[in-house]
Amino acid sequence: MASSTETAPHQDSGIKIPVLKREKLILNDRSYHWITDRVCGIIENRQPLLWWLIFLPSALIALIGVGGGLTHLVSSGVGVWGMSNRVFWGFDITNFVFWIGIGHAGTLISAVLFLTRQNWRTSINRAAEAMTIFAVICAGIFPAFHVGRVWFAWFLAPIPNANAVWQNFKSPLLWDVFAVSTYFTVSLIFWYLGMVPDLATIRDRCKPGIRKILYGIFSLGWRGGNRQWSHYEMAYLLLAALSTPLVLSVHSIVSFDFATSVVPGWHTTIFPPYFVAGAIFGGFAMVLTIMIPARFIYGLHDMITMKHIDNMAKIILLTGTIVGYAYLMELFVAFYSGAIYEMDAFKFRIAGPYWWAYAAMMSLNVLSPQVFWFKACRENLWVIMFVAMCVNVGMWFERFVIICTTLARMFLPGDWKTYSPSAVELMTFVGTIGLFLTLFMLFLRFLPCINIAEVKWTKLESDPHFEDNESHPDKGTETITSYQKELVDAKI
Amino acid sequence: MTHKRVYGYLAEFKSASALYKAAEKVRDAGFRKWDCYTPFPVHGLDAAMGLKRSILPWFVFFGGITGTITAFTLAYSTQVLIYPTVVQAKPTNIFTIPSFFPILFELTILFSGFTVLFGLLGLMQLPRLNHPLFGSKQFHRATDDGFFIAIEARDANFSANGTRDLLAEIGGENIELIEEEEN
Repeated sequence: MASSTETAPHQDSGIKIPVLKREKLILNDRSYHWITDRVCGIIENRQPLLWWLIFLPSALIALIGVGGGLTHLVSSGVGVWGMSNRVFWGFDITNFVFWIGIGHAGTLISAVLFLTRQNWRTSINRAAEAMTIFAVICAGIFPAFHVGRVWFAWFLAPIPNANAVWQNFKSPLLWDVFAVSTYFTVSLIFWYLGMVPDLATIRDRCKPGIRKILYGIFSLGWRGGNRQWSHYEMAYLLLAALSTPLVLSVHSIVSFDFATSVVPGWHTTIFPPYFVAGAIFGGFAMVLTIMIPARFIYGLHDMITMKHIDNMAKIILLTGTIVGYAYLMELFVAFYSGAIYEMDAFKFRIAGPYWWAYAAMMSLNVLSPQVFWFKACRENLWVIMFVAMCVNVGMWFERFVIICTTLARMFLPGDWKTYSPSAVELMTFVGTIGLFLTLFMLFLRFLPCINIAEVKWTKLESDPHFEDNESHPDKGTETITSYQKELVDAKI
Repeated sequence: MTHKRVYGYLAEFKSASALYKAAEKVRDAGFRKWDCYTPFPVHGLDAAMGLKRSILPWFVFFGGITGTITAFTLAYSTQVLIYPTVVQAKPTNIFTIPSFFPILFELTILFSGFTVLFGLLGLMQLPRLNHPLFGSKQFHRATDDGFFIAIEARDANFSANGTRDLLAEIGGENIELIEEEEN
């Protein structure tokens, strides 16, 4: 291994194979120092007015909605969430599934796109991972508090207790506890380890003082030596390989909460892939929703280019279409099953008192992304923001349709109710939106929102053979790369 | 009064390509205690430095297996041995194992994740609060846009003049003597 590296430029290339040029991921040939300066500048400079205009109201909403709402809930009981009937926990679980789904795009960008060597992920993965962490925090609030006496939430953990009762390991609800807590922990490790070199960059720019000490502690004494990078890159690869099946398992297990029951409309095998596609779909919309304004506020146009936005729009189109297929296939299977309860459940969804929720889900999730077939729409930020907002709302309605409309007509007619959330429930949900934005704003303020090291790595001159290629007569653009040379030699 | 001890020489190189070529020469000169410092991972530098593949995957493999065994022990002992519960007519013996799979999987991933974190910190010998290199006037650029090689005085091949000349010969600029305080 050690002695086999080659530094001499290829001078023997007689045959030329045209190579498709890749679109540049960093525009205007920005230098390494420019990238450092621009990203660290966000943290070092005063925040723009717009930051305060988003942060302060969000923090206030979070304080009143989540802080006040939950205090009221804990001091008064779950009655304030209207839990007098089986339908009425539907809203909280809708919110839980909505938030946990949003988190999944972050893992997809950081892990799946890493494994598939999609280098464009480097500009957006940090913010998307932060989004994952914050979305899972928002998600966790609902199941933890809807159990009623939240101080007994530790009953979910398999530890010996005075009642000598053990958890039911055959229950999807316990699977969910393990899946969501594992997901949060591993995402946090992934996010933090990915940030260590960038925290060191900030540390090295700080003047001596409390900031330097804090960034110094959190960057663990990182020096950027290749003996560190070598292990670090392996760790990153391993975490990506662990997170990929993890993210698929988490939303599959969330869907098992429904699919393993015998309730018409829930008891289907399509749920796991359908939920995962929906989660990625909704998550990418949320990434666009927060990154397009951040790109504008902080002037990150050269790192988050239109190419990045174009790619995300295409993923939204793809996953939106998969979700649309799942909606239609669900209807077809209900029809094809011949089961009257199953058919009735779907008739009720489409034409019952919740028809508006179903119509909103169909039009916002399936129809609105179809505009992305057109290049002009993928290049217009207003259109993209509009569609992303449609998808955010649409994906919430999807969960509402799946959960609430089904619960409203179960087998016992005594349970049949038309559902509306209580004021405290609504307040808590709006509060979690505030909490999410507050956390994201604090993230922009204190942590590097773009992966500095990885963005630098995507520059062409970061390749150690770059100068060899440059000194080549045709600047290496069309010369045969080594594997193509093998193909030519073998006359394939 | 503190005595100073020589830590080694630090030299800057102007680009990733230059660093790569210099690294091969330092490797071929037989040095062992040295490192290349870059603001981003330079692919191929492992071979140019003569480093072996990281052994972290082995740690994680055993960490993951520990997770699987832990999950199985937890599920089997509580569901079959200590507190068998009949739910939805599922068996309360070893044949109930399919419903343990989700938790077996999750704990495997959780334990692997922790092994990655702590294994990595162990292999990198971090966290540490300070390092002689942080005393350098130019080393802060290693996390910005500087490419450095540092050869430590602990290396058997190290000599005050010879190493300095080697670094200058292979294209190193701003060659700096790094000292650390003796305890």
